[in-house]
Amino acid sequence: MSQEKILSSDGIPLEESLKKAERKNKLKAVLLVAPLFLFILIIYIFPIGDMLFRSVDDRMITKMLPKTFVAMEKWDGKDLPDEPVYEGLYEDLSLLKKNKTFGKIIARLNYEKSGFSSLIKKTIRKIDKLEEGNYKEQFIKIHKRWGQSEYLVALKNTAPKWSYAKYLKGVDLKFDEQRNIIQQDEDRRIYKTLWLRTINVAFWVTIFCFILAYPIAHLLATLPMKYSNLLMICVLLPFWTSLLVRTSSWMVLLQQQGPINDLIVWLGWAADDNRPELMYNVIGTFVAMTQILLPFMVLPLYSVMKTISPSLMRAGKSLGGTPLVSFIKIYFPLTIPGIGAGSLLVFILAIGYYITPALVGGASGSLISNNIAYHMKSSLDWAFASALGTMLLVGVLAIYWVYNKLVGIDNIKLG
Amino acid sequence: MSNDHFVRFENVDKSYDGKQLVVKGLNLDIEEGEFVTMLGPSGSGKTTCLMMLAGFETPTNGQIYLDNNVISDIPPHKRGIGMVFQNYALFPHMTVYENLAFPLRVRKIPKDEADKKVDKALSMVSLQGFEARMPMQLSGGQQQRVAVARSLVFDPKLVLMDEPLGALDKNLRESMQYEIKHIHENIGVTVVYVTHDQTEALTMSNRIAVFNDGKVQQLSSPDELYERPVNSFVAEFIGENNTFGGEVIDVSGDKCKVKLNSGIDIMANPIVAKSKGDKTTVSLRPERAIIDPERDMDNNHKGKIEEVIYHGDHTRLRVDLLGNKDFILKVPNSSNRMDIKEGKEIKIGWNSVDCRALDPK
Repeated sequence: MSQEKILSSDGIPLEESLKKAERKNKLKAVLLVAPLFLFILIIYIFPIGDMLFRSVDDRMITKMLPKTFVAMEKWDGKDLPDEPVYEGLYEDLSLLKKNKTFGKIIARLNYEKSGFSSLIKKTIRKIDKLEEGNYKEQFIKIHKRWGQSEYLVALKNTAPKWSYAKYLKGVDLKFDEQRNIIQQDEDRRIYKTLWLRTINVAFWVTIFCFILAYPIAHLLATLPMKYSNLLMICVLLPFWTSLLVRTSSWMVLLQQQGPINDLIVWLGWAADDNRPELMYNVIGTFVAMTQILLPFMVLPLYSVMKTISPSLMRAGKSLGGTPLVSFIKIYFPLTIPGIGAGSLLVFILAIGYYITPALVGGASGSLISNNIAYHMKSSLDWAFASALGTMLLVGVLAIYWVYNKLVGIDNIKLG
Repeated sequence: MSNDHFVRFENVDKSYDGKQLVVKGLNLDIEEGEFVTMLGPSGSGKTTCLMMLAGFETPTNGQIYLDNNVISDIPPHKRGIGMVFQNYALFPHMTVYENLAFPLRVRKIPKDEADKKVDKALSMVSLQGFEARMPMQLSGGQQQRVAVARSLVFDPKLVLMDEPLGALDKNLRESMQYEIKHIHENIGVTVVYVTHDQTEALTMSNRIAVFNDGKVQQLSSPDELYERPVNSFVAEFIGENNTFGGEVIDVSGDKCKVKLNSGIDIMANPIVAKSKGDKTTVSLRPERAIIDPERDMDNNHKGKIEEVIYHGDHTRLRVDLLGNKDFILKVPNSSNRMDIKEGKEIKIGWNSVDCRALDPK
């Protein structure tokens, strides 16, 4: 075959005239997509990028103590540093005092090691009275902690602009003074438990949703239209109700004097003065989340089951398979794409669920998202909240990847 | 009661909603080794009958016998009846081999024996070498053959086919008709076949049961059905048909005189309308009427050609004859063909024996 260029009838190469002819359509397509693209860019991609950035960003302190950190580069971190370090500290802290911007640094250093707060405050109060020269001695005179190398080592550890310390904290690890990664102190290890609980809750909620949704979806797919429409509305009605309303109704139902407990007492399963706690623990989280996430399992299952011809089950039976065998060998394998889609959807939604566990979960039923919210709103450690958020995101992507390897994302059917 | 038919429907009624009967008092006997087609328009109850035989529907009343046993209480998977479905119903997640092996596996047949049976069934539909394919990778005709092979692989005595060729194009459908027919002849299995396509039914069957309105209108061999329909519905449904409405005014032996609505008398063969004063619809096959009859025929009338339609091997004429403006005539295309033009008057003759006086429409 010769590689001659094919020309269109007016002599322009075919490729070029094709491009020309399609340019207008392409432009139209781009313009149509542009609003959504910008929207996603501004409210989704940019914030996520910012979150990733914040979780490792530690430049604030680097900028505030520039001279100190330059001087510290020559220090080996074993004995007390020499005069230049203290001189740098003097200059940096004087400047901070003059600009009245030392509040943040106190908070940041106190995260690193408690005791810094009073140390820095006292130093800044007295810094104007210092005389030139021999700063090391004068600093130690202001506060004896300036003479303890652990504080100076801790200070040096904050020097790098980027830090993954928040990620370590998220899995109950930390740096010791020699920058080795060690386990968090025993009484401060909470995140591993929290992660495991989150995964555990998401897993079981997915299982419960599957068990409840499969027969409903099957019924929906096989009932005659007029009944299946009604059933579909029953499935979707809670879906259309506000999340808060649904969660609060669960609070009404599950509370200790609530109707479910009344029923249990009436049935004689529990004494009236010893009513079981169904709320503010993991039971409440399970019950409410299962109910709330159920439609996300029903709908993908339904849409897959709808496409399975009823004659397949009939064929299975006519060929001699008992109803059970026909179900296991024929119907069930064909619903796997729906099970996969529903489970993935429910699991991913459950793993990041916030409102429901916050309202009915109590302390033992709260999940990682509640902790993220706590750090966003109460402790104001945004960097740590971002790190937890990023870990959650990576976790979800990992699940997605594993799922793709096992089942294949092409096999998913969402609707 | 004597009951030596292979399949027997006895006074079977079926209603889905308790208001209407889809099948009404159906009686039908099928012999072993027969190829019986249930033919009828949609909604005539033929598929319902098939589903009752397969066990997916239960008769509202009456009994169905298979090999002299009442089968109403036997669930479908224990009936041992092969079935080919309208949309093939191949299991999309299994290979051709797995599809065919399914009925053998659930019967716990050892693997080497099962392999032999699968191989035999595939060779029957000339699909050897396709074992590893998925159904989606096959053409419609191939899927159809796999479905046929699957329904036969476990050696059932009875195979039901529910419009199996409906989704195929015309040429493929015709070749599949022969193929299924030959398979039936070779292995001698009893086939009950449902279709609404009369050519299919005429080509393949030993006997045809024409269904309408929940009842079997006529059960007979294809030629019998075509040549000697017992009522107007069968005459209309099978093949082409010219009809005249009228009233019997005289009966003598095997002939009767019918006064048509247009006032002219013709001679006919009294089948349903047998006595004087009976209203009747007279039915005549187009190929039984001849232009310019040389022989003496007891019906001889003049008509005007309204339309000439060229059909390749033959030409069809629409003639205004005895008040029927849609009287169809078939003229073979031969080199010495007559001068046929629109508007021309021609003589048309036919024998009264071919002209059947049936029930009025």
